[in-house]
This record gives sequence, structure tokens and C-alpha cells, in this order.
Amino acid sequence: MIGLGHYLVVGAILFALGVFGIIANRKNLIVMLMAIELILLAVNLNFVAFSGYLHDLVGQVFAMFVLTVAAGEAAIGLAILVIYFRSRGTISVDDVNRMKG
Amino acid sequence: MIQALAFYLFATIVIVSAALTITARNPVHAVLWLILAFFNAAGLMVLVGAEFIAMLLVIVYVGAVAVLFLFVVMMLNIDFAELRAGFVRYAALGAVLAIGLAAEIMVAFGAWSAGKIELARRAAPTPETVPNIEAIGMLLYTRYLFVFEGAGLVLLVAMIGAIVLTHRDRTGSRKQNIARQNARRPQDATRNTQPTVGGGIDL
Repeated sequence: MIGLGHYLVVGAILFALGVFGIIANRKNLIVMLMAIELILLAVNLNFVAFSGYLHDLVGQVFAMFVLTVAAGEAAIGLAILVIYFRSRGTISVDDVNRMKG
Repeated sequence: MIQALAFYLFATIVIVSAALTITARNPVHAVLWLILAFFNAAGLMVLVGAEFIAMLLVIVYVGAVAVLFLFVVMMLNIDFAELRAGFVRYAALGAVLAIGLAAEIMVAFGAWSAGKIELARRAAPTPETVPNIEAIGMLLYTRYLFVFEGAGLVLLVAMIGAIVLTHRDRTGSRKQNIARQNARRPQDATRNTQPTVGGGIDL
């Protein structure tokens, strides 16, 4: 029988893979954005699993809002990526020092 | 039995394709693996009875976000070889962080399943007789109406922000100015002259 724990383990592994992707792909902003999408997918999976096993619909409603934010974040992130590539000719995160921050 | 089989199938494919997403050499392949991961995550969500979120995942992620990623990957002229340069250097640090986080979450799950925290009450119990989409709709358009509007506002801001960020005025391009065209009168635009023979005119 598949319990809530199974879903949570899948979500945890997915989340960890997303974090690993962000750290390891320092040269590639596109794959970093995809790793962020993976993290948000893991969170959504947890929300939906809890919603299903606790018989509470709020988890699914909140998962929808997470989905909205993820879509907006992808759009803005890719727009910043495009203008960054246009001005610098690279998408490496290591030499983002234009603002000297 | 069939549920367990489906769960393990979907879960395995999700994790494998997520791993391939972050290790793929070619960003186009990474996007395709990401699409596979989203499809199988949608399958997992169908298994717990959340059909609406599952379909939303397929439509929004596979239909919009992944295609957006594909467009950007294909529009930018990127040297794929140099993108991989730092992978091995940062992989150890990333693995330590990721394994630490995963272990921490598992500890939390263990504690949670050992001693169940009693919830005071459910915020919105799932109705037994109403289908999933209808139940979510009834919740979304009543209690969470303003949050829903706020989500729409987030999308609007994201859209305007993306347009403002990527829009650029091309200097030197000649655009049509309709107001100027309409304001132009024949007597201003043309001039009658009577040049002498062989003299020509000054323009």
C-alpha cells in the first residue's frame, strides 16, 4: 500500500536533486532555472500528497498558486537571461559582477 | 497492486528524468527531460486524486513553461561546451548540500509519522460526492477569491515585466508615423517651379 511517506520521499529526493542542480550548474543559468522548477515541482508534489491523504482541499488550491508563481518566475527569469546574454554574450553565473554587489 | 506498480513506475521515472535534467550536456535535452519529469509528476498527482492540479501541471508546465525554455535555449547562440566547465568542481559541494537537505527532510517525515500531530480541524475537507474540479472551483471562487485575483495580478506583473525587460528600441529603423502622414497637405509637400532652360532648380 502506498502511503503518504512514499510521496514525501519522492518529493524530498526531487527537492535535493533541484538543490544539487543549482549548485553544480554554475555556468549555465538556463539549467539553474530548470532546477528551480524542479524544486517547485517537489513542493507541489508534497502539497498535493498531503492534500490527498489528509482529505483537505486547501493543499491543492495552494499548489495552484505555487504553480502561478513558478510560471511568473520562469517568465521573468528567462527575460533577465535574454537581456543578460544580449549584453554580455554569456550565461555564466560566475561572472555576474556588473553591479559589484 | 496496480496502484503500487503505477506509483513506483511514475516515481522512478520522475527521479531519473530529474537527475538527467540537471546533468544533461545539451540544454535542449535538459528541457526534454524536464518535460518527462513533469508528465510523470502529473501521473503521481492523479494517483492521489488531484486530477485538476495534474492537468494544470501538464498544461502550464509542459505547454507553456517548457516551450518558453525551449524557445530561449534555441534563440540564444550558446557555446555548450564551456557551460559544463565548472560541473565537477561544484558537484561535491552540491552533493553534500543536497544529501544533507534530503536527510533533514526524511528526519522530519520520520518524526511526523512516529507521533502524529493532531490538527485542530481541516480547513476545507474534501467533499465525497463532488468531483475534484468542482470542489476546487467552489473553494477557489468563494473563500480564496481575493488570493485568486492576486495570482492573476502576479501573472500580469510577470507578463508586463518580461515585455519591459526584453523590449528594445532599434535605433535607426524608420517607423511609420500615421499622425504625420495624415497631417501632410499637398500644398506643403509639392512646389511648382518654372526653371529656365538649362538652369535647373535648387532643391
